[in-house]
This record gives sequence, structure tokens and C-alpha cells, in this order.
Amino acid sequence: MGRYVARRLLLTIPVLLGASFLIFGMVYALPGDPIRALAGDRPVSPAVVEVLRERFHLNDPLWVQYWEYLKGLFQGDLGTDFRGRPVLDTIERTLPVTVKLALVAIVFEAVIGLVAGVLAGIRRNSFFDNLVLVSTTLIVSIPILVLAFVAQLLFGLKLGWFPIAGTREGLYSYLLPGLVLASGSLAYVARLTRTSVAENLRADYVRTARAKGLPNRTVIVRHTLRNSLIPVVTFIGADIGTLLGGAIVTETVFNLPGIGREVFDSVRAQEGAVVVGIVTLMVFFFIFFNLVVDVLYAVLDPRIRYD
Amino acid sequence: MTDQQQMDLRHDEVEAGTQTGLASPSVDVTESRQNSLWSDAWGELKRNPLFWIGAVLCLLFVLMAIVPQLFARGADPRACDLANSKALPSADHWFGYDVQGCDYLANVVHGARNSLLIGVFAVVVVLVLGVVVGAVAGYFGGVTDGVLSRIADIFYALPLILGALVLLRVGPATDIPIINSRGPGAVALALALFGWMTAMRLVRSQVIAVKSSDYVAAARAMGASNGRILVRHILPNAVAPVLVYTTITIGVLIAAEATLTFLGVGLQRPAISWGLQIAMGEDSIRSAPHLVLFPSLVLTLTVMAFIMMGDALRDALDPRQRA
Repeated sequence: MGRYVARRLLLTIPVLLGASFLIFGMVYALPGDPIRALAGDRPVSPAVVEVLRERFHLNDPLWVQYWEYLKGLFQGDLGTDFRGRPVLDTIERTLPVTVKLALVAIVFEAVIGLVAGVLAGIRRNSFFDNLVLVSTTLIVSIPILVLAFVAQLLFGLKLGWFPIAGTREGLYSYLLPGLVLASGSLAYVARLTRTSVAENLRADYVRTARAKGLPNRTVIVRHTLRNSLIPVVTFIGADIGTLLGGAIVTETVFNLPGIGREVFDSVRAQEGAVVVGIVTLMVFFFIFFNLVVDVLYAVLDPRIRYD
Repeated sequence: MTDQQQMDLRHDEVEAGTQTGLASPSVDVTESRQNSLWSDAWGELKRNPLFWIGAVLCLLFVLMAIVPQLFARGADPRACDLANSKALPSADHWFGYDVQGCDYLANVVHGARNSLLIGVFAVVVVLVLGVVVGAVAGYFGGVTDGVLSRIADIFYALPLILGALVLLRVGPATDIPIINSRGPGAVALALALFGWMTAMRLVRSQVIAVKSSDYVAAARAMGASNGRILVRHILPNAVAPVLVYTTITIGVLIAAEATLTFLGVGLQRPAISWGLQIAMGEDSIRSAPHLVLFPSLVLTLTVMAFIMMGDALRDALDPRQRA
């Protein structure tokens, strides 16, 4: 187990470095002079330009720039944007919004997805089962962009149940965007749970439990569910990493100042340091939660042993 | 073993000048065909209403992409009159008018071409990249597999929209052909570049699964080259899962294109595209919500058509689901 975790940790290093270098390369391969763009129409003295270029390592080749960036990264310095604000401050300001949004989404995904999936799996081919099947197909097919607008229009503007945008109403403002963000995974969790429960209900140990005369409740809750939930729990775990990095559209439409909208704004404004910093963080989350889930698998399912 | 593989095996045997009998089929496959995976799957598909809904919708949108005039009810998407700006839907103009006063039905209908074009082109590049890299990684294994799989991991860790967003923002200023065009080609390539990894993993695992089977060993014993073994004996096994994946992915990529265009880095005006229409409509979502709703509806139906067909295909091609 320890060796497996160590090996996996080692394997994440090239992936993390590769992904951040990929983004770094794309952002800094950009021709054009960000210093001039920053100055706009006002004339800037060549000396000032030179100092700024030196400070941001714009005169060095790409790999030197990346090396400088990595050196800073390991000292907790993510660099500054072109206005001199540390990228770390920007992340500290925006990350809590995204974390709250992801948590709300995970709760929706787990609660609604699990309940719908379990009920559909227990009563296969019932009306409810078919309802779950059809509605999950529909939900998966609606692009998140469309879903965000329709939710905003219907529940925000027409019905007025939820705030349309922003975070002024605290946790309440996160409910609607959270549900929109969760929709795709929610449908997947419902499908996964349904299949898993239906499969386990046919397993030998469930027949044994019934043969022993255990009440239906005990058979389902203690024997079937416990085993069926392993793949679901691991999916939800890995999804935390995905949700933390996948909220660009939701945050933009609902005007939530999280890392997703920040990275989008920074891409448009060509704020390279902010883009690279936030994307590296997103990649880290993605890899980290996937690793946690792989290890969790062994803890939850004693049949799996990593040695 | 499929019929094709049995015939290939026989062909290899003849080429190698051997007669081991390993490859001779016990039944003459050309005469009395057994039910193959595909004819079983077709029988299954025919009875699935989801497949038919998806297929009809798909045909409809393909037709719309080829001859949009058929659906535009005689209106020209570029003939606009500001007096009609944001007019609501009416009996004559089913989708109303947009901000510029152009007939909205004609605009929405003409948007199908770009969406389908980008979806199909992107999926073709995804397939080429995924199949080649996946087959090489799975077949040769070892260091080759290690390196290629890590590269796939790197791309996998970047969200599709985010990677394509950065590339398309940077693209126009570079001198890379197609990528710097701001056109459908650039969007499709950007999507494919950050979306090929699942296809690669799919093909790789299929290749690994059948690499050690007897008929591959037989083909190798008869002197078939690596390339021939891969193309004729191993890859045909991956066709079924790849087909399912491809169908669903076209839908996913069409949605991603609309999203990128909405975010301002995809297609640019004066191109006609659902993403642009949704972005324009957002500004007047309070006064004229139909401007967001109609392109959204058509976009959703298109994505749904492909996902439904893919779902139905998966059910039909997976024998475990059959009772």
C-alpha cells in the first residue's frame, strides 16, 4: 500500500510539470508585447520597458522563463500580474467562491443522484426507473451553457426564487449555480448507482441473506447498498477535482468571482502569470483527488490490494 | 473472431506458404453466415425507440446543414431591417427577429452547418490521434507505452474547455496555419488537441486485451508484420467501443464549440453560429428571452440526437445487457 502510494505520487510529478509547462508554453509563446499593451496609448520610456521586461523575464528563452517560474513556485511565489498584484492574493480571493460552489454541487450530486439511483435500481423497469433513465439522458444532453441560461431565466427572472447572479445573498446564491454545475455528474451518479444496485441485487450473497430470512430492509441497506456504493463514492470523490476546474461557464454566467471566471478574464486580458498559476492549481486538484480516490478504493473494497 | 479476421488469417497463411490448418475456418463463412455481432446489434437497435428519435433528429440536422434554405421559410438570414429589432415570434416569423432585425429562424437554421462541420471534423482528428497513439502504445508496451500514456495523462488533467480556450485566444497571433485562422478549422483542431485522450485509452486497452490472443500469435507465427497484425487482426476488435464513443463525442464537441464561441474565442462574426446567437441574446435576456431560447433549444436537440444514438448503440453492442 505504502509503496503503491509512493509510486503514484512519483508518477504525478511529470504529469503536473507537463501540464503546467503546456499551459506556460501556450501563454508565453504569444507574440506581441504585454508591457506595451499595458501602457496603452501613453508613451513609456525605453528604460521603464526594459526594467519591466527584465523583471518578468520576458527577454529569456521559454525554458529559462519556466525554470524561473518553477523556482518561485517552490518558494510559494506564483509571481505577480502586470499590475504588480501577487497571483497568490488573487487565488486567495477567488478560491473560496469556487470551493463553496463545488461543495454545493457535490451535495446535490450525492443526495439527488444517490436517492434516484437507488430507488431506480431497486425497482427495475418500474415507472420511476424509466423516468430516471429518460431524465438522465435529457440532462446529459443539455449543454451546461444552455442549462445555466434556462435556470437563470426560469428560476431567477420569471419565478424569482433565486438570485440571478453574484454572491450577495451568501450560501443561498450558490444553490442555483451549484445545481447547474452538478447536473451532468448528478445524472451520471444516478445511472451508476442504478446499475450497481441492480447488479448487486442479483448477487449470491443477497440471495443468501434473503434465504436466512432477513427483512427486506436489512438486505437492501446492509448488504446491497454497502457494496453498490463503492464505485459511486469513488466517482464522487474524483469529481471534486473535476468540479474545481470545470466551473468557467457556470461562474461566468452567474457572475460568481471564483477561479473559473478569474482564469477566463485573465485569458482574455493575457495575464499570463494568473492563467498559469490558476491552471496549475486546477491540475493539482484534479490529480490529487484522483490519487485519493484510487487509495480510497483499496480501503473500501478489501478485495483490492496494491502491492 | 470476426469473418474478416478469419479471411485475413487465411490470406496470411497463403502468403507465408504454410498450411497449418490453424486458420481454416470449420464452417464456410461466406456461405452460411452465423449471426455476427453487427447483425445482432442491428436487430437490437431496430427495437429501440431512443435510437430512432436520435437518428431522425440527426438526419434532420444534417439536412439542415446541407440545405438550410429548405427550413428557413424563404427568409434570408442576412436580410435585416432594424425596424424589426427583437420582434417576438409570430405566425409569419416563427422565431421572431434578432437585435439587428434579421429573421431569427433563418439565422438559427443556418447555424447548423458550422456546428456539425466542427463536430464532425474535430471527431475525425480525435479518432486519428486516438487510434494511432492508442494502438502504438498498447501494441508496443514498455517505455513507448509509458511515455505516450504520460502524455495522455498531461492532456487529460487539463479541462477541455480551458485548454481550447487558451489555445484559441493565443492562436490568431501565431503563425501556425489553421490555428491562426479564427475559423471553424481552428476551433475543431483546438477541441481535438485537448480531447483525444479518451479515444486513445479506449483503443489502448482494447489492443492490450487482444494482443496475447491465439489468433494474433498465429498471424505472427506466419510472419505477418506488426503493421498488418495491428490493422487487420487487432484494431477491428476496437471498432464497436470506438463507434459508440465517436457518436457520443460528436454531441459533446458540438456543445463545446458553442461554449467556446459563446466565451468569445470560437467563431467570430459575421459567421452564423448558435454560440454567437446565445452570446448576443444574453445582452437582452430580460426583454427578448427568445433570442437565447431558440438557439439553445436547437443546440440541445442536436447534442441530444448524437448522445441518444450513442447510448442506443452501446446497449445494442454490449451482449451482457441482453437477457
